[in-house]
Amino acid sequence: MAKNKQIREPEGFATWTPSDGHLLDVRNLNVEFNTRDGKAKAINGASFHLDRGETLAILGESGSGKSVTAQTIMGILDSPPASVTGGEILFRGVDLLKLPEEQRRVVRGRKIAMIFQDALSALNPVFTVGWQIAEMFRVHRGCSKAEAKDMAIKLMERVNIPGAAARYGNFPHQFSGGMRQRIMIAMSIALDPEILIADEPTTALDVTVQAQIMELLKELQAETGTGLILITHDLGVVADVADRINVMYAGRIVEQAEAKELYASPAHPYSEGLLNSIPRLDQSTGQLVAIGGLPPNLTKIPEGCAFNPRCRYAQDVCRTGEVPPLVDLGGNRSSACHFVSELVAGTLQPNGLQVVTGIQPAVAEENGDQA
Amino acid sequence: MGTYVLRRILQMIPVIIGTTFLIYWMVFSLGDPTIGRCGERPCPQAYVDKIHAEYNLDQPLIIQYVRYLGKVLHGDFGTSFNGTTVADQLMNRWPVTFKVAIIAIIFEALIGIAAGILAGLRRRSFWDSLVFVSTLVIISIPSFVLGSVAQMVFGVKLQWFAVTATQGTWNQLLLPGLVLGSLSMAYIARLTRNSLADNLSSDFVRTARAKGLSNGRIVGIHTFRNSLIPVVTFIGADFGALMGGAIVTERIFNIPGIGGYVFQSIQTKDATAVVGTITMLVLVFLVMNLIVDLLYGALDPRIGHE
Repeated sequence: MAKNKQIREPEGFATWTPSDGHLLDVRNLNVEFNTRDGKAKAINGASFHLDRGETLAILGESGSGKSVTAQTIMGILDSPPASVTGGEILFRGVDLLKLPEEQRRVVRGRKIAMIFQDALSALNPVFTVGWQIAEMFRVHRGCSKAEAKDMAIKLMERVNIPGAAARYGNFPHQFSGGMRQRIMIAMSIALDPEILIADEPTTALDVTVQAQIMELLKELQAETGTGLILITHDLGVVADVADRINVMYAGRIVEQAEAKELYASPAHPYSEGLLNSIPRLDQSTGQLVAIGGLPPNLTKIPEGCAFNPRCRYAQDVCRTGEVPPLVDLGGNRSSACHFVSELVAGTLQPNGLQVVTGIQPAVAEENGDQA
Repeated sequence: MGTYVLRRILQMIPVIIGTTFLIYWMVFSLGDPTIGRCGERPCPQAYVDKIHAEYNLDQPLIIQYVRYLGKVLHGDFGTSFNGTTVADQLMNRWPVTFKVAIIAIIFEALIGIAAGILAGLRRRSFWDSLVFVSTLVIISIPSFVLGSVAQMVFGVKLQWFAVTATQGTWNQLLLPGLVLGSLSMAYIARLTRNSLADNLSSDFVRTARAKGLSNGRIVGIHTFRNSLIPVVTFIGADFGALMGGAIVTERIFNIPGIGGYVFQSIQTKDATAVVGTITMLVLVFLVMNLIVDLLYGALDPRIGHE
């Protein structure tokens, strides 16, 4: 097998220090997909940042742009149909979007690694798990087969796979779901990346295994100081591990806050809706609360605030004109709602209009069109 | 693995007995095999009696069949009505059929897979459309047209290839092999293209990209093997089918192969030859099937042969 030729790291990586800014700084990112129904605007000016050793949760419903954001940072979007139409992704001060593909590949896997949701389909079915982990060392570090195997087994031990050496030669389908996700994690941390992006890492797992996997991620992060971006729709998962939370809606960050503060007093009606819809053990009667309607069709995002058709506080100002900007509220917190101060103060009154509570798409669609 | 192969071979025994019995029954029992042997007129009684005695035709079917099977186990496939032994005919004809099959398989695998990769890697490109249209053309042309036209153009007019293959040498069999392999070539091209395209958009290829691997490695190592699994099994099954000879192509190019023998035997109502040949074909097909299944297990670890 040909040795991978050594590609130089982008200039600026070596000289960067944390005082130069955030480890990862995403600014005004825009991503579009060409679809049969027109351009789907998956990400519309998302901005956020991540520092060393920090855990940032990106929270949102399906279709809010979480996964697309992750794949854009990794540079693994399929284009076409996807194209990045604007913005910057600064990693160690270098804009990844401007790097040539060869140098981008140095970052991928080595500096920024990713854990996918469904490890069964994300691992190659025809290669042993050991081989797939060892491949990281062989390709990126030019290790020999034996060296790579030793390191892979150490990694498997580190993510608590019992009998790691014996299971090196097993195939993905021979593992349980939780073990497979551990293999994924081992593969992603192989080269000690500075950023780890976990895209719904526990969604495919049952609850007890979910907790074990999150515990493992927390442990590894404490050990290595990796910056972790945790993409999820599960507020329960976030509460335990995240330092900060970014709430995403229709491809935009609508609220940024420290995890505790967001849970204590959400500063955006959408965050509030998400929190209210967590089932609670101490409420045994009545219907479960849900946010009415559906996320917007990305080919025709409502004018004004994208959330307005589903928002129980929406006023005329929300339905027309400019998108409300993300306003800094101080204390590491920002929100993109016109009425944020009233909302936080608890004085905001619902507009009294019936928000569609059914989940029938037709009704939701109609509601969206009226806006 | 060893026990798997053994089990499969043991399973073949009832299959062979069942199929040969069916064939024997259909050929010998559905109508007297001497009918139609003597042109427009009925055969002389002496001839009918001789044949009946030789093949135990007056005994019950089971007895006839068991006696036949006993002979086959000793390598005696019987003697054709024209006096040659079926075993001799098969020994002479099989190498020719084998050669045509090899040429066809190599051609269809090489060109088919190459065209499939070309189309699969650049979906919706000019190459993809070219492969789509040209395979469509090949699939829609009946093989006797393709064979006759190829013989006329490349054999007679351009004289690039031999017109007929009466001796059954490699050189002579080149053009018939290409004609025979062209239909499967078209199917292999499409199968490879779709399989590759599917795998390229799979989650594990996205993982490979996220691992920072080069494009060549992503396609060559992480996609290729997965994509070839259905193609290899198709080629294996096709080889089994090709070993049965090709009646149309063998007739066009006058090839002394198995296909021509079967055709001729059916036409002349040569019951012994038909049963003997088809018994062998069943065997070849079963063995090819076993090999394909073993290959499948070797290529795809999810298929276990414990």
